[in-house]
Amino acid sequence: MFRLAAGTAAMLAILTTPQVVMGNSGSLNVVCSAEQPWCDLMATAFEKETGVDVAMVRKSTGETLAQVRAESENPKIDVWWGGTGDPHLIAAAEGLSQPSGVDTGELLGWARNMAEISEGSAIGIYAGALGIAYNREVLEEKGLTPPSCWADLADVSYAGEIQVANPNSSGTAYTELATFVQLFGEDKAYEMLHEIGKNVNQYTKSGSAPSKAAARGETGISIGFMHDMVTLASSGFPLEIVAPCEGTGYEVGAVSVIAGAKNPENAVKWVEFALDAGVQSRAVEVGQFQVPSNGNATVAPESPDLASIKLIDYDFATYGSGDTRARLLSRWDADVKDAEKN
Amino acid sequence: MKKTALWWLAAGMLSAACLPWFVNEDAQGPLSFLSGLGTEPGASLLIRVAVFSDAALWPIGLCLFALAAVCFSGLSGRRFAVALTSVSAVSLAVLVAYGLTADLPAGLSWGAFGLASSMLFLLTSGISSLRSANGDAFVVGLIGAVIVLVGLFVFFPIAHVMSEAFELPDGSYGVSRFFSLFFAKEVWHLSCLSGGGSCGPAVNSLFLAVCTGLATTMLGLAFALIATRSGFRAKRLLRMLTVLPIITPPFVIGLALILLFGRAGVVTDFAHEWFGFDKTRWVYGFTGVFVAQLLSFTPIAFLVLIGVVEGVSPSMEEASQTMRASRWQTFRHVSLPLMRPGLANAFLLGFIESLADFGNPLVLGGDFGVLSTEIYFAIVGAVSDSARAAVLGIVLLTMTLGAFLLQRWWLGSGSYATVTGKGDSGRHCHMSRGLKLTCYAVALPWAAFTAVVYSMIFFGSIVALWGYDNSFTLAHYTRAFGFDFSDGLSLNGAAWDSYFTTLKIAALAAPLTALVGLATAYLLVRRQFAGKQIFEFGTLLSFAIPGTVVGISYILAFNVPPIELTGTGAILIIAFMFRNMPVGVRGGVAAMSQLDKSLDEASVTLGANSFTTVRRVIAPLLGPAILAALVYSFVRAITSVSAVIFLVSARHNMATSFIVGRVENGEFGIAIAYSAVLIITMLVCIGLLQLIVGQRALYRADRKRKNQLSPQTATT
Repeated sequence: MFRLAAGTAAMLAILTTPQVVMGNSGSLNVVCSAEQPWCDLMATAFEKETGVDVAMVRKSTGETLAQVRAESENPKIDVWWGGTGDPHLIAAAEGLSQPSGVDTGELLGWARNMAEISEGSAIGIYAGALGIAYNREVLEEKGLTPPSCWADLADVSYAGEIQVANPNSSGTAYTELATFVQLFGEDKAYEMLHEIGKNVNQYTKSGSAPSKAAARGETGISIGFMHDMVTLASSGFPLEIVAPCEGTGYEVGAVSVIAGAKNPENAVKWVEFALDAGVQSRAVEVGQFQVPSNGNATVAPESPDLASIKLIDYDFATYGSGDTRARLLSRWDADVKDAEKN
Repeated sequence: MKKTALWWLAAGMLSAACLPWFVNEDAQGPLSFLSGLGTEPGASLLIRVAVFSDAALWPIGLCLFALAAVCFSGLSGRRFAVALTSVSAVSLAVLVAYGLTADLPAGLSWGAFGLASSMLFLLTSGISSLRSANGDAFVVGLIGAVIVLVGLFVFFPIAHVMSEAFELPDGSYGVSRFFSLFFAKEVWHLSCLSGGGSCGPAVNSLFLAVCTGLATTMLGLAFALIATRSGFRAKRLLRMLTVLPIITPPFVIGLALILLFGRAGVVTDFAHEWFGFDKTRWVYGFTGVFVAQLLSFTPIAFLVLIGVVEGVSPSMEEASQTMRASRWQTFRHVSLPLMRPGLANAFLLGFIESLADFGNPLVLGGDFGVLSTEIYFAIVGAVSDSARAAVLGIVLLTMTLGAFLLQRWWLGSGSYATVTGKGDSGRHCHMSRGLKLTCYAVALPWAAFTAVVYSMIFFGSIVALWGYDNSFTLAHYTRAFGFDFSDGLSLNGAAWDSYFTTLKIAALAAPLTALVGLATAYLLVRRQFAGKQIFEFGTLLSFAIPGTVVGISYILAFNVPPIELTGTGAILIIAFMFRNMPVGVRGGVAAMSQLDKSLDEASVTLGANSFTTVRRVIAPLLGPAILAALVYSFVRAITSVSAVIFLVSARHNMATSFIVGRVENGEFGIAIAYSAVLIITMLVCIGLLQLIVGQRALYRADRKRKNQLSPQTATT
């Protein structure tokens, strides 16, 4: 018994001793909100190039934002890389991140736009367009014609076949809501969402869940980000991807330096590294098909070609603001959520 | 008594002199603090005061001096006790005040914790010698230690989060928003009863929890009866099957159920093709979550109940049968009432687990919203509202409190002691025919179902794309656990890091959790002290709160000095300890209620003190409860997800967060392969634990069997 206790105490002592392994060039704490293989690739490549010791952990954007908020008095994270832009913008607006001062000259317009809105705190690293996916086999079996526009989704024949996330919990679904409002005007948008809502079998909590359900045939049609759908389709699921004919909105993934970071120089190095054309071109090695923000980076052939998709001029400043968000969401709760089903 | 005090004084002095006062981030390696003692960040209390003239530490130094003065003063008896109690109480207060008010450069380290515990135990030994009647230094020390630990690691962080429930949007505090959120129509509405859509999450949660609690208790009882009172052949297999779900990483059961019963599932396909059933999405919603929770939580009920069912004294049953009661009457009127503490505790655990469960509702919930997912998305969702999260957390706690009080009322004040000091011979009577058939009818199909679910899971790990491309492959395993012998052994799989971290942390958390849990149970069952009820409920708190809230509360409480733990492995261990402690407590309470107090009294009469009694009489009789607590806390440390999401850091990443990341990315293959490896690891560990802890030999039949197995023990 005492031996057990003593052993435990000794192990505890070893564990709690801060294990800071000092490389020659210091260390960096990164939270990655992209997919795990991409996170790993970035960390290894950065360590190799700079000699900085990277400690990385993957957390979703919502979790990261909650953690950064909770830790704001004594931040433990230096840099937050990847994940959809809205939470990065919120962090910037709340003063939780700080400008990195990195040159954004080589970046495409939408990436620079994000940096301008956040006054340099959040910089765009990739973009992904919103789209529709359908399960080829399910639709064939039911004898349904695939949708090609947002408006098609309201068709009665899709009753119980559509799945989409709940914008109250999912950033993906909020992007969809905001896209509808920008495409069709607010009243028309809610009317359409109400009609589509009659066909929806479930509003999922997470934004990537509908496409995964469509991939497995649990639902016929899903709404989500096209690069996620490409990843699923390329792993072998019978998933087809549609760029809606009316045009569509998009998300911008971002990188932010956390305010009060303990390793600010290395954090800036990371941001420079993440914006580099060569580094961004490597995402496809790990099956990620977002469109890179550096104009000189090569785009994977499987990536949804943003040039051929009708992209709306998404207004991140307006639709990212807390007031607009609260208004749109409460109207969604009232008009869309409990639509009687077809 | 004075000797004990001197020992603690020496320990305190040693901490003050030789252990670093603050966390020193420059120190590397286990013994590096020695070399750091001479530098300012790594110095001990004594060195800080003497060399670096840290004025804020002077009062604490003086307190230590005063304590030494009392110990060597030559006072004795009651005057010594009074002096010791008052001086150490003041010292402790000074130390706490320093921690809360002084401007600290870093988190406090071992020196401070050593000193604090020495002051605490000086205080408790003072108190124990003040009260001549119940003056047992060990018991008072234990009470003090548990109260401080629970206060520090349960109440303190939770208070941080709960205060947000009363925060108004403008930053001030008040109750106006609290009540409107607490009684909000969205939370409580009952439109599902009138046939119009779904009910509010609070109603759903409550309904689900009651169903799960009742059903897991029934199933657990059936399994426990079969395992202990029947001639069923494959008991071991049955036992393993009942333990499987508890050692399954989150999301995996949900995924397996979708692949079986989802709209495109195997069973659904089969029913569609052969019997013409429509393919529906029935598994998404209450039914799916309920089935998944039954699979997940029945083992907990089983673990609590098996010890209790075993512990019911055969002589009581024999007496009943001698008086011509049938087997059924004996069971109904003698055995079952004696199992009440077990049934009540099993129900309480099932109820609370169901309320706090997060993974199953997330995967299978559909539009069936429950509180735990609402709370999670109130924190991390597109619109984060920490006040709403806190209020919903309080709604959840209210339900827990209700269930807790209900349980107390149902148990009443009866005595359930059946293991007494008197020699208890005989063996348990077998079940009546009807009961046996019922148990088999309930438990065996369930076991078969569990087996099917698990073969699905294993199948998923060895096929290329679960559900679509069923060609055999080991690629998922090599990606996660690949290794290479080309130049020495190198582990190049993606999962090794988190695998070893997880095992290390779980192996440390398990004994600590069991220790704290059973010590608490001992206090609750055997000792009377003021505020016991509140104390008992307090131990349930961290279990009843969804993991996400616990995670956030730990960051809020332990990210800044005086106690800075974020980013270390210790914060994970502590979170696990206090989150899983209640299972040890409940199991311990249930098992200890059966041990007659005369056993303790006999031991004390023969001259043993409380510590010896616990060690030599109670602990050996608690075998199953200790095993359950160890197994459960070990396993939960490996499989819990919501609590660790905020607490994992790059240096201490856990298996579950790796798995969840892969599931989110749709890479089910590697996630399930990892889960399969974890399941096997846990099975092996549980087997080892079972060997170490061993079975208790309560009755003649057990002892006889044991002696036959090992003749050398019979001769010694």
